[in-house]
Amino acid sequence: MFWADITVIFPEIVLSVFAMITLIGWVYSKGDKQASILVWFAAVLLLGIAALIGFFGGETRIAFDGLFVDDAFSRFAKIMILASAAIILIISENYMSRHDLLRFEYPILVVLAVVGMMIMVSAGDLMTLYMGLELQSLSLYVVAALARDSVRSTEAGLKYFVLGALSSGLLLYGASLVYGYAGTTQFAGIIEAIDQSNSSLGFLFGLIFVISGLAFKVSAVPFHMWTPDVYEGSPTPITAFFATAPKVAAIGLLARVLHDAFGAVVSDWQQVIALLSVLSMFLGAIAAIGQTDIKRLMAYSSIAHMGYALMALAAGTEFGVQALLIYMVIYIIMSIGAFAFILAVERDGQPVTEIAALKLLSKRDPLKALAMLILLFSLAGIPPMLGFFCKFYVLKAAYEANLIWLAILGVIASVIGAYYYMRIVYFMYFGEDMDNELNTNGTPILTGVLLVSAVAMIVGVINLFGLEGAASVAATLLVN
Amino acid sequence: MDNLLSITTFIPAIAALILALFLRGDDSSAQRNAKYATLFATLATFLTSLFILTGFDVNDTGFQFVEEGEWLLGLKYKMGVDGISILFVLLTTFIMPLVILASWSVTTRVKEYMIAFLVLETLMLGVFMALDLVLFYLFFEAGLIPMFLIIGIWGGKERIYASFKFFLYTLLGSVLMLIAIIGMYIDAGTTDIEQLLKHSFNFDSFDLLGIQIIGGIQTLLWLAFFASFAVKLPMWPVHTWLPDAHVQAPTAGSVVLASILLKMGGYGFLRFSLPMFPIGSEVMAPVVLWMSAIAIVYTSLVALVQEDIKKLIAYSSVAHMGFVTIGIFAFNQQGIDGAIFQMLSHGFISGALFLCVGVIYDRIHTRAIDAYGGIVNRMPAYALIFMIFSLANVGLPGTSGFIGEFLTLIAVFQVNTWVAVVATTGVIFSAAYALWLYRRIVFGGLMKESLKTISDLSPRERLIFAPLILATITFGVYPAPILDIIGPSVEALVINRENAVSQAMIFNRFVAN
Repeated sequence: MFWADITVIFPEIVLSVFAMITLIGWVYSKGDKQASILVWFAAVLLLGIAALIGFFGGETRIAFDGLFVDDAFSRFAKIMILASAAIILIISENYMSRHDLLRFEYPILVVLAVVGMMIMVSAGDLMTLYMGLELQSLSLYVVAALARDSVRSTEAGLKYFVLGALSSGLLLYGASLVYGYAGTTQFAGIIEAIDQSNSSLGFLFGLIFVISGLAFKVSAVPFHMWTPDVYEGSPTPITAFFATAPKVAAIGLLARVLHDAFGAVVSDWQQVIALLSVLSMFLGAIAAIGQTDIKRLMAYSSIAHMGYALMALAAGTEFGVQALLIYMVIYIIMSIGAFAFILAVERDGQPVTEIAALKLLSKRDPLKALAMLILLFSLAGIPPMLGFFCKFYVLKAAYEANLIWLAILGVIASVIGAYYYMRIVYFMYFGEDMDNELNTNGTPILTGVLLVSAVAMIVGVINLFGLEGAASVAATLLVN
Repeated sequence: MDNLLSITTFIPAIAALILALFLRGDDSSAQRNAKYATLFATLATFLTSLFILTGFDVNDTGFQFVEEGEWLLGLKYKMGVDGISILFVLLTTFIMPLVILASWSVTTRVKEYMIAFLVLETLMLGVFMALDLVLFYLFFEAGLIPMFLIIGIWGGKERIYASFKFFLYTLLGSVLMLIAIIGMYIDAGTTDIEQLLKHSFNFDSFDLLGIQIIGGIQTLLWLAFFASFAVKLPMWPVHTWLPDAHVQAPTAGSVVLASILLKMGGYGFLRFSLPMFPIGSEVMAPVVLWMSAIAIVYTSLVALVQEDIKKLIAYSSVAHMGFVTIGIFAFNQQGIDGAIFQMLSHGFISGALFLCVGVIYDRIHTRAIDAYGGIVNRMPAYALIFMIFSLANVGLPGTSGFIGEFLTLIAVFQVNTWVAVVATTGVIFSAAYALWLYRRIVFGGLMKESLKTISDLSPRERLIFAPLILATITFGVYPAPILDIIGPSVEALVINRENAVSQAMIFNRFVAN
């Protein structure tokens, strides 16, 4: 029995052991000098584990008496998390070493955070949930403050930590209330114990606190305050990491908790999630308009995108979860592409993040400007880019669940949001004079990632390469 | 050929891809290559579209040359043409080579310019051929991106404001249509336009927020589509983006905008609003008719006081689109025939008028009416051509402008006499502003110093205007070829609509009581 359980969490064990061994090994021998090898090594391992999970799928397996669930949904989310973390590691290596940020702890912390995320999306119990969440969060707090000499980075780490700790407290409090009313912390037990007929006010309180705690991690409005500061303060590759893998983990966890544990009281949480969704979409769209720093802009953009993801979740249906998964995959591809672009922009060897610096980039570097144009219109959800289709899925899910008002508000927010993406296009294409000092060459890897993600935005419209099917299988397992 | 429509649609896109990948450099020979390649691609598209016309069976009112394939999310890639759409396809392929020829003097970022126009042509053709709702929406919205860039990069002084206004205004109009499309998909279980045309949407009245919605879901869906098409067409009072966009766009952009992009709104009414929501259209028709009548008079009066040539023509476009909506929502054969005819003829005439402006703008670099006067002395050929199109714009018998206006006015006279009376006064105003404009620019003494050396049309410019003059006069004198093609499809549309409405009357479900 024990060994059977171990095989279920084999990928997590491999990554944990890797993190511990390399930590000890590098502390005692190599220091920061060989850190790039470690980055590559970690990236390859993450990709390997992703492939392992992808090829050896199989049926649902439950380990440790329901604490840990390995099903199609968690595998789908894990592959997304692993792949995006690996790609971020690969594109960050050059940037980190050039700016003297490449400490050997960086890849190790990322791997540990990934383990936490994998546990999050596989959680079958409120305890596992908390454990995974904390492992992820603690690693991320440190990573945010990785540039120790930079005031902003340290501030970002501290801010993230304080607010994150607060949200963990909320979550724990909610979990204890749920435990009190349901008599169990296991999702399977909660869904049996509490349904629409006997959900009490206290249980509802617990539910709301759990959602609030998780909304912090998703950075949904009104729990988003930390996001712009942390995005701006952290080194850019770290920002890229924050925008991708942890978002998948948090929203995947939210989907699992809401469907696995609270699936019998959909109407209780549906309105809450819908409200979070509306607030996120509108705040993300409106607050981004005035931004002059592209990283802050991406922070608000991610808030708005999480609003759409939450809209899919608010539908509370199987199709809603499918739409959510597809949305997340496409969002991640777009974000990684956009950050690969941002990482390449520099002046005199220093990273540049003001949007105004991109003046007339289309003349200097037409290929990259075009790729970024495609990504920006895709992020804005304008057809024929793939970004339109993920919004289409989500809107359809909301409409089917009779949340037509939510869908209408969503499209209006998307028009407002289109403005600030177009503002970047305006700088890149419509200007008069250009910034001669600006260098956007980047490394071949950055260029490659940018181009691949831009091409994916066009080609994906013709064929999604089985993404729909996989997402549908995952959604069916989660909801039923 | 089984996939003639796809080939026609994607020739420009493939040409754009080739230009993007293989054309290097920005010297004059690279620029010339880009221009010739683009001209060749648009001509090839025109030729293949002629094959569609020759293979088209006029008496078949269904969709022809249909192609079908699986797409994501249970959607379909489905293309086809019928009597209503085929001429818009031809209008597009016909105008595009002229537009490219008119862009011969462009010297900044020529390669990107040509790519933008080629992509735009593919998207416009896709709009008229798509037989899947979402595919239609995809082409419809995607066209905003190249147009946004065309106005923003190659436009005039206020181009930034104009391009953003154009993009966001039309996007806001269209997103509600997206919600309606999703609603139709869920209601009918398909996005196939051919099947949706047979589907009957519920029209039971219900209360929403204390307001009784006569015609129920159909009216709401109709309104959502209306929001999009009314902005695109554009109709008063949501036309304000058009003068800005026209004034700031480069000549070729203005021509495409006036000749083709505006027609998407009218096409949308005919393809979706009328046949799919007959009850919704019936309920809302009086509103549309009066809006159009007001538009014709109001925008004609606004045109009278314009100081900018392009702005004046832009307002006259809005007025002419008023005749289109009047014709469509008169619901009879003359009206819809007239509306389609008016759209096609406006495609020739307003396109040509913007080209006329482009000709003198290229020489003097101003669009202010005051800057001109007496150019007939230096440019007799230009004066003649400008006169032909000014008079066609007024609707002089013998030009295609007359047929469209006459048919739509006859049609609406049978339905609502007062609207016809108001709209007809608009015709008088249109004569006033067009002739006044002509007098101020062309006649009078040649006083201005800058005009004394202005040169007449070059052979290239004459070549651009020749086909447009030919089309305007030919179809003005002998409109039968066009009416024969659209006739059967329009008749089927009218009859289906009448059946749907009279059945609703029998069940007495939609009359409010």
